Amino acid sequence: MSITADRVSTVAAGFDAAMLSKDFPALNQLVHGKPLVYLDNAATSQKPQSVIDAITRFYQEDCSNIHRGVHLLSERATNAYEEARLAVQQFIHAASHAEVIFVRGATEAINLVAQSYGRTQVQPGDAVLVSAMEHHSNIVPWQMLCEEKGAKVRVIPMNDRGELVLEEYEKLLTPETKLVAVAHVSNALGTVNPVRRIIRMAHERGIPVLVDGAQAVPHLQVDVQDLDCDFYVFSGHKMYGPTGIGVLYGKQRLLEAMPPYQGGGDMISSVTFEKTTYNSLPHKFEAGTPDISGVIGLGAAIEYLTRVGLDNVAVHEHDLLVYATEQITRLPGVRVIGTAKEKAAVLSFVLDGIHPHDVGTILDQEGIAVRTGHHCAQPVMQFFGIPATTRASFALYNTETEVDTLMRGIKTVQEMFA
Amino acid sequence: MMPESRDVRDLYQDMILEHSKRPENFYRLPDANRKAEGFNPLCGDHFTIFLKFDNDTVTDISFEGSGCAISKASASMMTARLKGKSKSEAQQLFAQFQRLVTNQTNKADDETALGKLVVFSGVCEFPVRVKCAILAWHAMMSALDQTSAAVSTE
Ligand SMILES: Cc1ncc(COP(=O)(O)O)c(C=O)c1O
Repeated sequence: MSITADRVSTVAAGFDAAMLSKDFPALNQLVHGKPLVYLDNAATSQKPQSVIDAITRFYQEDCSNIHRGVHLLSERATNAYEEARLAVQQFIHAASHAEVIFVRGATEAINLVAQSYGRTQVQPGDAVLVSAMEHHSNIVPWQMLCEEKGAKVRVIPMNDRGELVLEEYEKLLTPETKLVAVAHVSNALGTVNPVRRIIRMAHERGIPVLVDGAQAVPHLQVDVQDLDCDFYVFSGHKMYGPTGIGVLYGKQRLLEAMPPYQGGGDMISSVTFEKTTYNSLPHKFEAGTPDISGVIGLGAAIEYLTRVGLDNVAVHEHDLLVYATEQITRLPGVRVIGTAKEKAAVLSFVLDGIHPHDVGTILDQEGIAVRTGHHCAQPVMQFFGIPATTRASFALYNTETEVDTLMRGIKTVQEMFA
Repeated sequence: MMPESRDVRDLYQDMILEHSKRPENFYRLPDANRKAEGFNPLCGDHFTIFLKFDNDTVTDISFEGSGCAISKASASMMTARLKGKSKSEAQQLFAQFQRLVTNQTNKADDETALGKLVVFSGVCEFPVRVKCAILAWHAMMSALDQTSAAVSTE
């Protein structure tokens, strides 16, 4: 997959983004009197009616706690919760449902691994390897761990297209390196990293790899067994699911050996004041009453995405990105930030002499929602020598017409500042 | 809900655009005796205000840095307005400017005191941009008080 249109479009005949957008009630509104053009999907995507309904149905019909009651409602809620776990297992092709841990989001999943796996495996003098394009949530937990342990965070460099330099990466795979933590897809640049190769190179030296899939799961098929990653994390809200729910996938062997992250109810099998026996996976890592409605909503989001077909989504978004990239490079005074060969759904750019904040405000007035700022990736901004970018990020419901609206919006901005 | 009627032109008035493109007093004051930084980590706006402050008078003032059109124009017009003012006059203008951009102007406020700064009155319709308009002013206040630490509007 590349930005030059070298792939025959294979969107299934029935795929119609404009039709699909009708499934998302929030998209159907005016913003400052203009039809909403929602291009901030990398921050969070909109939710289809089926997800909203699943959450409502839980509260209206099945509301009760899980794994505890013998009554019917609790049984229904427990079933719905555990069915969603099976849906996640299938969605990412995990070997076992025991490897699917529900957490608040990608951030909590990374913190869990840092606090549980990291604190037992990382010793003074060791290193954790992250990449130059990580989201803050895949930097700071490692810094906190390394600070506590007297270890170091090392950085895999990137080139000026925003691609990781694998020759340099190889040199950093030293005996001190205890873990590699890398994004599957960069939220600031859109780069799709060659994670399969990155994992293989680390495994050749016995080093485990965590993949931050927050920006990958809405856009491409993920097979954790094929990747052979040791940990894979993502958030529900960027893949048409609710906020407050996410997933940590971990290889069973590693999760078994890891100490619990939090203590409480559900994560134990027996407690006396002398000794507590921890529950089996996945419950060992799910202390307390979880976000039951969130899990059920995530299950509904997976069902929706599966029904539409992730392959169709990938092709459609790729076509949109190619189109948007072609259109924007025709405009004068535009610099695209992130020009990797392999990209997904993100168009980050700066306009000569115009601050992204001003771009965002003026586009908003045209009904166009984009993100402006450093996208929680300040090191990326420092690398490119810019304070911020404007970022348009695409989802399955975006259309070429909306890209055209964005281009007209950019021209309006440029005219105002001319 | 935002009023549907707000117009982005209320925010980006010509004078603001003009000052953002060609800011006044946009250099490092060589003989400054006070300075302070203003930093907005969220959008990366970063300015340094330089003051020459003698006999309770801002005898000269300048700024350096980068930021959006609103923050830059605000810094530019602030420096133009404050030259020759006393500390208490500067503080009063700060308070009045803050009321202007947060839509809290009161009856006692004298519009003429702000002069051209009233072009920032549209900012109050764009709540997320208030901190852009006020950034340089906070830095100026901090320089006046001779606190050398960077100030932040976050
Ligand atoms: C690449 C990446 N990783 C991690 C995160 C953090 O996700 P959350 O805030 O949902 O925990 C994000 C969110 O923007 C992201 O884009």
